[in-house]
Amino acid sequence: MSLRPAPYLRALGLGLGTAALLSTVGCQQLADPNAPMSTVFPSGSYAGMIVQLYVLIFLMAAAVFVGVEGFLVYSIIKFRRRSETDLPAQVHGNTRLEITWTLLPAVVLLIIAVPTISTIFASDTVPPTANQRITVIGHQWWWEIRYPDLNIVTANELHLPAGQTAVFDLQTADVIHAFWIPRMGGKVDAIPNRENRLWFTPEETGEFYGQCTEFCGFQHANMKHRLFVDTKEDFERWVRQQAAPAAEPMSASARRGAQAFQNGSCVACHTINGTNARGLLGPDLTHVGSRKTIAAGVLDNTAENMARWIKDTQSIKPGNKMVISPPSDAEIADIVAYLQGLK
Amino acid sequence: MAATTVAHPLVRRGPLARPVAPTGLWSWITTIDHKRIGILYGTTAFMFFLLGGIEALLIRAQLARSDNTLIAAGQFNALFTMHGTTMIFLVVMPLSAAFFNYIIPLQIGARDVAFPRLNAFSYWVFLSGAILLNMGFLVGMVPDVGWFAYAPNTLKQYSPNLATDFWIVGLQVLGVGTLAAGFNFLVTIIQLRAPGMTLMRMPLFTWTTFITSILIVLAFPVLAVALIALMFDRLFGTVFFNQLGGGQPILWQHMFWVFGHPEVYILVLPAMGIVSEILPVFSRKPLFGYPFMVYAVAAIAFLSFTVWAHHMFTTGLGPIAVSFFAASTMLIAVPTGIKIFNWISTVYGGSLKLTTAALFALGFVAMFTIGGLSGVMHASPPIDTQHQDTYYVVAHFHYVLFGGAIFGLFGGIYFWFPKVFGRLLNENLGKLHWLLTFIGFNLTFGPMHFLGVDGMPRRIYTYPSNMNWDLWNLVATIGAYTLGVSVIVFIVNILSSLKNGKWAGNDPWDGMTLEWTISSPPPHYNFATIPTVHSRDPFWLQKHPELGGHELMSDHGEVTVGGEPVAEVPLPDVHEEAHVDPHSIHMPDPSYWPVVAAFGLFLAGLGVLMGGGLGDIVFYPFIIADYVSGMQYFAITGFGLFVLLVGIYGWSLEPVNG
Repeated sequence: MSLRPAPYLRALGLGLGTAALLSTVGCQQLADPNAPMSTVFPSGSYAGMIVQLYVLIFLMAAAVFVGVEGFLVYSIIKFRRRSETDLPAQVHGNTRLEITWTLLPAVVLLIIAVPTISTIFASDTVPPTANQRITVIGHQWWWEIRYPDLNIVTANELHLPAGQTAVFDLQTADVIHAFWIPRMGGKVDAIPNRENRLWFTPEETGEFYGQCTEFCGFQHANMKHRLFVDTKEDFERWVRQQAAPAAEPMSASARRGAQAFQNGSCVACHTINGTNARGLLGPDLTHVGSRKTIAAGVLDNTAENMARWIKDTQSIKPGNKMVISPPSDAEIADIVAYLQGLK
Repeated sequence: MAATTVAHPLVRRGPLARPVAPTGLWSWITTIDHKRIGILYGTTAFMFFLLGGIEALLIRAQLARSDNTLIAAGQFNALFTMHGTTMIFLVVMPLSAAFFNYIIPLQIGARDVAFPRLNAFSYWVFLSGAILLNMGFLVGMVPDVGWFAYAPNTLKQYSPNLATDFWIVGLQVLGVGTLAAGFNFLVTIIQLRAPGMTLMRMPLFTWTTFITSILIVLAFPVLAVALIALMFDRLFGTVFFNQLGGGQPILWQHMFWVFGHPEVYILVLPAMGIVSEILPVFSRKPLFGYPFMVYAVAAIAFLSFTVWAHHMFTTGLGPIAVSFFAASTMLIAVPTGIKIFNWISTVYGGSLKLTTAALFALGFVAMFTIGGLSGVMHASPPIDTQHQDTYYVVAHFHYVLFGGAIFGLFGGIYFWFPKVFGRLLNENLGKLHWLLTFIGFNLTFGPMHFLGVDGMPRRIYTYPSNMNWDLWNLVATIGAYTLGVSVIVFIVNILSSLKNGKWAGNDPWDGMTLEWTISSPPPHYNFATIPTVHSRDPFWLQKHPELGGHELMSDHGEVTVGGEPVAEVPLPDVHEEAHVDPHSIHMPDPSYWPVVAAFGLFLAGLGVLMGGGLGDIVFYPFIIADYVSGMQYFAITGFGLFVLLVGIYGWSLEPVNG
C-alpha cells in the first residue's frame, strides 16, 4: 500500500509504449500491399468507395481514441493518491458537460452517417453501363460460376475485363455462403431461395484472391475463388476458349484417360461439354486444364497435384463431398493427362 | 462458511422434512441463501472459464502457423463453437449472476432475494443446461455450427448427427434458469429495497442489474421460441427455416439476433455496473453524473432492441433497412460514450489508489473504448462488408467482451472477495495477474484488427502461407498463452488467499454502499437491523458527515414505505450487531425441492436428446434396446416433466420450520 505508484505507472507506460510500437509496426504491415486479401488496397470500384469511407471513419476514431485514452491516462497520473487523509472535492457532476458530450458525439456520428448512407445507396445501384453478368452458385465447398450471356460454365475461377462493370447474381445450392474478393469490394451472402446482388468495376488487371466468408460447414476454410482481371483482348480470348466444347485428347495416355473418365464414376458428378459426362454435383471440368487452381483454390493446378487429389481427396480436404474409390495409379495418370489437356 | 439456522421444536421429521443442516455437502445442495448461491455460480462459472480457455488455447495453437495440422477441420469447428457458447452462456452470464446473487441484497439492505428457492432453482437449472450442452463430448458429437448456429447449416440434412441438438437443448434449459433469475432480481430490486432507498439512490450496480434483468426477460423468450422452431425442424420435419419446404433460413438470423444483440448488453452491463462501484471508491469521490449514468444504461437497453440487423448487413436486406440499422447502431454509441466520459470524470479530480480492482476497472474503460470504436467502424455498412466475418469482428467483440466484461468481472472479484470470504486477495499477485492479463489480452486481440484488415476470414481452421497472415497469428497465439499464465497466477492468488489472506474486516476499501456496513463475510441474515437510507452512497455519508447534503437537484424522493412516512433509524453501527440475538431473525430454511425441479428439467432436456437419437446410440449394447427405440425415448422427457411437476408441487407445499 505504498504511496509511490511509480512501479505500476512504469509498467503502464511500458505497456502503452509497446502498444504504440506494435501498432506502428502493425500499421506498416497494414500498409503491405502484398497481402493478397487486403481490404485497404482497392483494385475495384466498390473497394475504392469503401476505403475512402474507412479512412474518414478511422481517422475520426483515432482522434477519439487519442483524446479519450489520453484523458484517462492523464487523470490516472495527475490524480493519483497523495494523502490518505485528505478527501478530494466531492464533485457529483456537471450538467453542461453532460449535454456537451452527448451532443458532440452525436454530431461526429452524423458526419459519419451521411457518407455512409450515400455509399450504401451508391453500392446498391447497379450502373446502367454494367455489361458483364455472372451467376455465382455456392456449393459445399466450391463455387459454380456461370456467364449466362456468354454460355460459359466454370468453377472457382472467373475472368473479367478491366474497366467493365460486372454484376453478380449470388445463389446457393445448399447452405449460406458469402462471396468475397476484398480488393474488388465488400462481400455479399448467398442465401437459399434468395438472389443477392453484388456489383463492381475492376480497375486494374491482375490476379485477385477471394474466399467464402460465411461459415458453411466442414471445409469452409477451403472454399476459395480466384479472379483474373484481363485486358479486353485477353478476356475475349478466354471467353472464346471457355465457350468452345472440350478439347479432344491428344496423346495416347490422354485418350486412355478420356475412356476411363467416361466409363468410371466421374460422370456421375462432373460435366465435360461435348461428351457424355453431364453430372451436376461437382465442378464443370470442360476447361479444367486452363485453371490456375483446383479443389476450390486449395491446390495449384499441376499434374502432380491433380493426381494427389484424385487418389485421395479426403486427405487434402477432409469431409469434402468427392468420395470415390480411386482408380489405379496408372489410370489416374491417364485421367490427369486427359484433364490437363482440357484447356 | 457457517450459516446459522433455526432448529425449531416443531420441525417435522422423516424423509420429507425440511433440511436444517448448516454445514456439509447437503447444506450446499439445499441452500437457498443468496450468498451461497452466489458462490456456487461463481465457482461453476470459473470452471467453465478454464474449459473455454483451453478451447481457445487449442484454437490458437492450430492457428499459430499456416498450413498447420495440429487440429482437424471438424475438431476446430467444434472448438470455436464451444468456446463461444461456453464463454457467453457458461462464464460471463453466470459470473454476473454470482455478483447479482451475492451483492444485490446487500446493496439494497435486504436479507435475501424475493424468491430464495427460485434463486436456487436458477442455479441448478444453469448447471443442468451446462451439463447438457457439454454432453456431446462424451459421445463425440460436439456442437460445431458456430455459436450463432445459422440455418440451414443447422438443419438435419447438413448437420445430421446430434451435435446441434446438444446445443439446442443445452441452451433451452439454460434459458429457463436465466429467465427465472431475471424475474427474481426484478422483483427483488423493485420490492425489497431498504426504507428510504428510492430508485435514484440505488447503487449503480443495482441499477445495471435491474436493467439487465429487464433485458433478460424481454430477450430470452425470443431465443426460446427460435430454439423450439429449430428443434422441431430437426426432429419433427417442420420447415420454419428449411428452404426445401418453403421456409426461410434468414428467419433464424432475425430471431437469433433480436435475442443476440440485447444478449451482448446483458453480458456487458453488469460489468459496467461493477466499474461504476469500483472507481468512486478508489477515487474517494462519488460517481460523476449518476443520473446521466442511469439514463444512459436505460437508453442503451432500449436501443439494444433496435439494432439487431447490424449482424446481417451482408445478407441483402436492401439499402433502406441497412441504412436504418446503421443509424440505430451509431446512435447506441452516444449513451455508451456518455458512460465512458463519466467514468473518467470520476477519476479526474479524485484521489486515485491503484489497487488491483481499480486497475481492472480502469482497464475496462480503456479497452471498452477501443472495442467501441471498432464497433462504430462496423456500424458503417459499406465498411462492414469488408469487416464482417473477418478477424476484425473477432477483435471487436473480444475487446468489448474480454477487455470489457471479463475485466470488469475480475475487478468485481478483487473488490468483493474480502466481503465474501473475509480475507483480502494478495495485492502483489493481483497486480501481476492484471499486468499479465493486460499484456496478454492486447497481444492476443490487438493484432486481430490487422488480420481483419488483411482479409483473414474467421472460423477457418487453417490458412496458406502466402497470405501474409503468419506473423500476427503467431503474436496472437503468444498473447493467448500469456493469458493462460495470467489465469494460473489468479488461481494461485485465490487459493493462497483463501488460506492465508489478510483479514478484511467489514470495510477494507473505505466503501460507500451498504454492503460494507456489515461483517465480512456477512452473517446469515445480512443485516441485524434493516437500515434506513437517506441518500445515495449512504455509508460514505455516514462516515463523512462533514460532506453534508448528498442529494442532487433531481432527487426528490420522500422517505416512505407503503405510502407511510417511516420513522428515521440511524444506520447500524458495526458493533451493534453483536447485541442482536440471531435467533430472533427468521430466515427462510433450506429446501431440496428446487433441486428436484431442476433435475426434472434436466431429464426433460435429456429425453429430447434421447428421443432425437441419443437413446439408440447410448443404449445400443443394452437390453433396453430390444424394447425401446427412436422416438420412444421421448418418454424420458415425459418423466422429466413429471418430476418437474412433483418438484413444483412439493415446493409450494413444503413445511416451514419455525
